[in-house]
Amino acid sequence: MKTTNMNARDAEFIHEVEERSGQQVVRCYQCGNCTAGCPYNFAYDIPVNRIMRLVQTGQKEVVLDSKSLWLCGSCQSCTTRCPNNIDVARIMDVLRHMARETGHASERNIKLFADTFLESVEKHGRVYEAGLMASYVAQTGKFLNDLDLAPAVLTKGKLSLKPHPVHKREAVEEIFLRFREKSKQ
Amino acid sequence: MRIGVFVCHCGSNIGATVDCVAVAESARMLPDVAFAADTMYACSEPGQLAIAEAIHEHGLDGVVVASCSPRMHEPTFRRAVERAGLNRYMLEMANIREHVSWVGKNKALNTNKAGELIAMAVAKLRNDRPLHSSRFDVNKRVLVIGGGVAGIQAALDCADGGMQVVLVEREQSIGGKMAKLDKTFPTIDCSSCILGPRMVDVALHPNITLYTASEVEDVSGYVGNFSVRIKRRATYVDWDKCTGCGLCMEKCPSRKSPDPFNEGVSTTTAINIPFPQAIPKKAAIDPEACLKFQKGKCGICARVCPTNAVNYKQMDTWVTEEVGAVIAATGYDLFDHTAYGEYGAGRYPDVITSMQYERLMNASGPTGGHIVRPSDGREPKRVVFVQCVGSRDPSIGRPYCSGFCCMYTAKQAILTRDHIPDSEAYVFYMDIRSPGKGYDEFTRRAQEQYGVRYVRGRVAHIYELGDRIVVRGADTLAGEQVEVEADLVVLAVGAEPSKGAPELAEKLRISYDTYGFFMEKHPKLGPVETNTAGILLAGSCQGPKDIPASVAQGSAAAAKVMALFSRDQLESDPQVASVNAARCVGCMKCVQVCPYKAISETEDRFGNPKAQVIETVCQGCGLCTATCPQGAVQLSHFTDNQILAEVTALCPPFPAESFE
Amino acid sequence: MSDLSVAYYPGCSAVGTSVEYEKSTRAVCKALGIRLEEIPDWSCCGSSPAHTVNHVLSAALSGRNLALAADMGHDTVATPCPSCLVNLRTSARKMEDPLFRGKVNELLDAPCGPAVEPKSVLQVIVEDYGLDHVRERVRKSLNGLKVACYYGCIMTRPPELMRFDDPENPMSMDNLMEAAGAEPVPFPLKVECCGASSGIPRKDIVMRLSGRLLKAAEESGAEAIVAACPLCQMNLDLRQRQVRKANGIDRGLPVFYFTQLLGLALGLPERDLRFDKLVVSPKRCLKRIAGA
Repeated sequence: MKTTNMNARDAEFIHEVEERSGQQVVRCYQCGNCTAGCPYNFAYDIPVNRIMRLVQTGQKEVVLDSKSLWLCGSCQSCTTRCPNNIDVARIMDVLRHMARETGHASERNIKLFADTFLESVEKHGRVYEAGLMASYVAQTGKFLNDLDLAPAVLTKGKLSLKPHPVHKREAVEEIFLRFREKSKQ
Repeated sequence: MRIGVFVCHCGSNIGATVDCVAVAESARMLPDVAFAADTMYACSEPGQLAIAEAIHEHGLDGVVVASCSPRMHEPTFRRAVERAGLNRYMLEMANIREHVSWVGKNKALNTNKAGELIAMAVAKLRNDRPLHSSRFDVNKRVLVIGGGVAGIQAALDCADGGMQVVLVEREQSIGGKMAKLDKTFPTIDCSSCILGPRMVDVALHPNITLYTASEVEDVSGYVGNFSVRIKRRATYVDWDKCTGCGLCMEKCPSRKSPDPFNEGVSTTTAINIPFPQAIPKKAAIDPEACLKFQKGKCGICARVCPTNAVNYKQMDTWVTEEVGAVIAATGYDLFDHTAYGEYGAGRYPDVITSMQYERLMNASGPTGGHIVRPSDGREPKRVVFVQCVGSRDPSIGRPYCSGFCCMYTAKQAILTRDHIPDSEAYVFYMDIRSPGKGYDEFTRRAQEQYGVRYVRGRVAHIYELGDRIVVRGADTLAGEQVEVEADLVVLAVGAEPSKGAPELAEKLRISYDTYGFFMEKHPKLGPVETNTAGILLAGSCQGPKDIPASVAQGSAAAAKVMALFSRDQLESDPQVASVNAARCVGCMKCVQVCPYKAISETEDRFGNPKAQVIETVCQGCGLCTATCPQGAVQLSHFTDNQILAEVTALCPPFPAESFE
Repeated sequence: MSDLSVAYYPGCSAVGTSVEYEKSTRAVCKALGIRLEEIPDWSCCGSSPAHTVNHVLSAALSGRNLALAADMGHDTVATPCPSCLVNLRTSARKMEDPLFRGKVNELLDAPCGPAVEPKSVLQVIVEDYGLDHVRERVRKSLNGLKVACYYGCIMTRPPELMRFDDPENPMSMDNLMEAAGAEPVPFPLKVECCGASSGIPRKDIVMRLSGRLLKAAEESGAEAIVAACPLCQMNLDLRQRQVRKANGIDRGLPVFYFTQLLGLALGLPERDLRFDKLVVSPKRCLKRIAGA
């Protein structure tokens, strides 16, 4: 077990999380309700109540390095049941944004899937599911994972084999371009 | 006039941010001020003696004390000047602590403001007149509202002290929540064994008049002379004739309605004596469940009653009781757990409240003390207790700690292991709060001796699947999500104010908090008094309390009543309104605004309408004074002239610089 | 109720994995007389990936569609997909803050003004159209088919945002199925997450979470699951064989969209409801309903 120097608490980090999420983390009294109801907890490296505690104590690196941020499915169970009305799922979302921005990506494939998804949206205006899958598989090489689904998918025509793009594709593309432009500023 | 000014340092409370010496010095310049000094603690014995000395030495006829809020120490200084021979109303206080030193840090500004407040006090004092109280008789009878353990204790103490007591209880029997409990913590003694004899004492006491199935409808009057209207609900049984034999219950064909005394875990008859030790042990009919009332047929109870006590035509009646003091002991209600959708919102029969569990464990309860599942009557082998249901939960508007749930849960877990030795008991808790005598040892014993498994974490979800109840929680100490499959889940529901508490508070003219708990006069020094003289509090109506605390408060309230009644006469407060009939135009706006019904309409000898203040009823709030368009109503000690003198002292009408 | 008309946002999966949801939704609404006016040239709401990247980007992707819907003159936009719904509602809600709206509008071609209210098709049918009216139009009872209604995690949560039904024990779909003559069984995991979009990057998560749901539905005595979310339906239906293998469940459990079963009850022909697209065979259930 490591010893944490409580004086080295990153006040700026706490402030940023509160500012960006609109939540007051000090309201968390560690009842554990968020963890108790979290369906993803079994896959987490740090349970969500501890994430909340680590944010309270300003342990930025430990938090942003956590796999849990990426595994959270935004199912809102924590937010719905928090006795202190803290929007915990929103805090997890904000932490994920901060992890991205600072180059933390402890669940590479989840990040990659999200990126590929948005690329597809940027390109077609809508998600082109078959294209998304192909691109994701190409980048991860994990095509064997769901190979057994192929027959069902193909015979049922579950995946459209051509995109259904938006007519004004550039309108959506522009959103992404402007977003990247703004992010650089 | 010769005025003395005393500027208190209050240690460093005032002295640190107000230059008290300079303030005293500047006060000497004020008109009529014959003496001014600073003092370390004006309220201390030497402080008070110094005031008395100055009064004698300098021939003072009025005193200004510049110190703290008058709420606490105005009575102190009034007594001090009175002892020195002045009229007690020839005293003014300037609050230079709460209004100055505690709110600002700038010493120069604070010193200036303190000086201004003193100038205002001096200006008012120059307009003050000696006031004299009149005396009135005290009616030495006391009304106790609520027959739970706090009310019972208060009633018995007052009655033993020789007072006449009227005890009013909403339910059919006294005993309150304690009568429903099985055992009590931390001694595990039987609740009804210790409460039962007290209840009998109430019934037999020659000084106690008991009205059950009754409610207070209206309270008027003032300390020493209250008049209380009490509604006695029809029970459809003549209690003078009813012997409590119970034959009617045996024969009643309507046996399906949920039994409120057993918290709905069993059913009961339409005519019913709630429990064997009920006081009074009399039957009453629930017209909602009674076939005679609902269908017009039946009448069996009337036929079988050996004393002809049943009377379907009985009506509500009202009585008026005159008393000198009132003790409110209306207790608490249990939080309605259906607010928790994640715990099933009441859908699951085997997810029950802690009070329902008490009834299941109670030897005189519906199962004879055998713990069984409500769904199938099976003995549960794994019981899960969930704490803080309706406590410490801001999301459902209950941010406060109910205080006693940790302890009763430990007790119930111990008793579970006692009743069913091969059972497991789990307790989900957030923090264990057990600060009473022997309390923490008790919760430790639950764990160490009885093997109750305590898990530190809240429960997120309880659901039924097949005949199992799945409880999903967290063990925050282990940092894990945990799941327990239970046979029975007991929710430790918190306390909330008794139904109708705010309405009763309005009738009693006392304050209540956001939730409806009654407000005490002072959280430390006036825990059983209220801001209305003659109205006292006992037990959980003021906030959740366990049995020892409720009993202690019952006795404390009784002691306050006896102190009040130890005098034959009380002094009225002379700070009341009066009407200058010559100025009054009879518009009666004052009658409309008076919250105490203290102003009545009368006529002068020419038949002109005039307002008239009933001095004993007037509380000196000043609403009438502010409302009267003619300035005809004046409140003694707060007359328009006195108030305007203060304003003028602060804002002189012709400040030289404004004409430059 | 025949004049009910709303803007319609199908969502990307409507043209892909959940085509049967899309077709049956349109068929049911047509039969009920609810006019769905498709937002011209609608684009992706950004789904979960967008809000996990940035809230302004996410709101802008949804905001474009809200603006298009507002231009149509409707005050409600209906979508069958809860994931789209959450994004649209979050975007509409957050843009009530002028500062945030300003940031979103900086990303858009045309500024997004006061938003239309996004609702699920389920909510439109149950609340705006009304259960009583549905009941009047039922032609063919579902014959007491035992169904576990599964709402997914975000149809009703968080309640302050979604403002629909009970966040812990929603009943709208149960009531709808009951009106259609089915027998909804008490299903305790109505709002538990199925694993959502983790299916592709972290299959193990879906196996576990969807496995729990299938097991609970089976234990509850359901003959079929009824879903209202393309992602949930896909995880439970398309991946059911994988899930069953991973969790040792024997029996296959058909997973219908609620619109498919409602369509049957309204007397619509099976081919319009696209039962052929379901992976776990619905044949036995359909026979049960037909009373054979």
